[in-house]
Amino acid sequence: MYRLSDVTKEYNHGAVLALREVDLTLADGEWLAVRGPTGHGKSTLLQVMGGLDRPTRGTVEFDGRDLGRMSEAAVTRVRARSIGFVFQAFNLIPTLSAAENVETALVPLRVGDAERRRRAAEALDAVGLADRLRHLPGELSGGQQQRVAIARAMVKEPAVLLADEPTGNLDEDTRDDIVGLLERVWRERRLTMVVVTHDSAVAARAQRIALMRDGRLTIAPTSPGVDAIRPRTDAVG
Amino acid sequence: MFWTYLRRELRRRMRQAIFIALGLALGIGLVITVTSAATGVQNAQAAVLHSLYGVGTDLTVTQPPKQGAGGTGISFGFRQQIKQARSGQVAAGTKINDNELQNTQNGTLSTAQLAAVSRQQHVTAATGALALSDITVTGTVPPLQAGSGSFSSNFTTSTFTVDGVDVARDTPGPLSSAAVTSGRAFGQADATADVALADASYATANKLKTGSTVSIGGTTFTIIGIVSVPQGSSPPDLYIPLAKAQQIGATGTAKLSNDVNTIYVSADSASNIPAVQQELTRLLPSATVTDASDLASQVTGSVGNAASLANNLGKWLSVAVLAAAFGLAILLTMAAVTRRVREFGTLKALGWRGSRIVGQVMGESVAIGVVGGVAGVGLGYLGATIIDTIATKLSAITGASPASVNGSGVAAKLAQQVNSAATHTVYVTLTAPVTLDAIGLAVLLAIAGGLLAGMFGGWRAARLRPAAALAKVE
Repeated sequence: MYRLSDVTKEYNHGAVLALREVDLTLADGEWLAVRGPTGHGKSTLLQVMGGLDRPTRGTVEFDGRDLGRMSEAAVTRVRARSIGFVFQAFNLIPTLSAAENVETALVPLRVGDAERRRRAAEALDAVGLADRLRHLPGELSGGQQQRVAIARAMVKEPAVLLADEPTGNLDEDTRDDIVGLLERVWRERRLTMVVVTHDSAVAARAQRIALMRDGRLTIAPTSPGVDAIRPRTDAVG
Repeated sequence: MFWTYLRRELRRRMRQAIFIALGLALGIGLVITVTSAATGVQNAQAAVLHSLYGVGTDLTVTQPPKQGAGGTGISFGFRQQIKQARSGQVAAGTKINDNELQNTQNGTLSTAQLAAVSRQQHVTAATGALALSDITVTGTVPPLQAGSGSFSSNFTTSTFTVDGVDVARDTPGPLSSAAVTSGRAFGQADATADVALADASYATANKLKTGSTVSIGGTTFTIIGIVSVPQGSSPPDLYIPLAKAQQIGATGTAKLSNDVNTIYVSADSASNIPAVQQELTRLLPSATVTDASDLASQVTGSVGNAASLANNLGKWLSVAVLAAAFGLAILLTMAAVTRRVREFGTLKALGWRGSRIVGQVMGESVAIGVVGGVAGVGLGYLGATIIDTIATKLSAITGASPASVNGSGVAAKLAQQVNSAATHTVYVTLTAPVTLDAIGLAVLLAIAGGLLAGMFGGWRAARLRPAAALAKVE
């Protein structure tokens, strides 16, 4: 799915090196957790993998195509079709209801109104919010808002889910719910998933853990919580 | 999704949206009010011009008075009598009653020149007329030692205006917009008859009716009809056949046989008026050829002031308020985009194209602009209604005496009185009609304001790098 080769990202004309010669290969359906201290390049790695930013050097191959060399319009199409994002602060549109927020992910795919509404309702039902369709983000708890954000990321059935500190704003109980939900959708949808997290308990659920420090990525040999790559057909735990 | 998102976003920043819309409304309302007032002033000017020069008149030709050719308004006979009184040839106590029909305002044009004008290309009709003043000076010659001050105070002048008109043709001419309210109009048979038409206002003030008689330049005329001209006009007091006016009128001592002092000209189309004006200027180099816009510029008084106010202060005030409103809308829209940077970054992460986000921002701005436009039309109507309600009658002063009056003697003082009476002051009511053009302009301005603000806001949103936008802390 992903092959990153010698990826370097500089800011301020080289004054800040966010990523240093990162090499990473990620197979289809793999779940990678990226840990590391704040400000050491975790989010930058996710942005480069999601086509939200371009590397200064190196290549970011996604399904065999280099995102760094694609036009902005082409990268936008890739994001619209194949990549789902989940953010720490949920990033829901405050004026739109839960269902309408989920629908925003289908707008670039030009899905018709009725179909959009149906799929948004299904996605919210899948994350346990069937009774919160018309609620505004301000009327939902943090955990519920993150569930809406996950539904928004999943409604277009992407190949990849990139989550940046998805439990960073949540309490411990809610964190476990959200991690459980992410794990479930990963299994059900055969997703390739990259989760950036500070939380060792969240990282422990991934197949592989990578450590990011000073922009350098180090892959741990095996994840402490996973014995092997789980088959995508596993039952939801 | 577009409309839902737009509606919800406008509802979220309702206060700001109302603020922007009000700013635009104020600017647009001012534009409509000023445009309407300007239209009203133009209508008032047109009413004045039509009343003075007649409907259907495209150009008028007049001749400036010759230097030293009289034209002071004081009859030659009376001036002679003053001279004789001063030299003692007329005894103190002698009663003077001098009545003459004088050409006090303009030089003269011959009927041959009138014929030449009517032969010009694009001229459909040309009519000559004589605008004259009947002047009566009465009094008793005082003793010589009483001095010039008391000398002049012993005499009184009374004047009324008389137009000699072509009985064979009303249009163009002074009677073109007149309606007969009693009696009859002139007919061809009246060409040399001692008959007159009286203006309705003058007839009422002087208790004249059909069959009454009046003395004009010492000749008795019978009133055959009363005519009324549209409101706001300043017609002459009496109309007589042109031939009679030429027979009894004079410029100083010079008789007016075969002369006119105003030629009214109609062109075959509005687009040919400048060409006709050029031809007539070439044909009569010493004459003054004026079209409606020239005439409008000669109209003074509060109509002129209102026109100047609407065209200058009003126009620039509207432009300034509109520019401020546009600037405000742009700044507030850009500020709103800055506050929504992370929102737009999220949408870009979801795969929204930049153009779609720009469209969303522009849609919001245009919606505010349309609301501002509707409110602006309302404000414009309100402004126009206020003008209609509070506007007092405007005065238009025309026909100021071109003849200069020199000296400080008795004749000069009396001449000034006469000439002052010869100017026309017309009163017209100012209305501010809101036209479809003004409303169309307002709608265009509203959309333009919204588009402008949306373009700047959208440009700001489109330039956002998704990664940078998402990194923005709210």
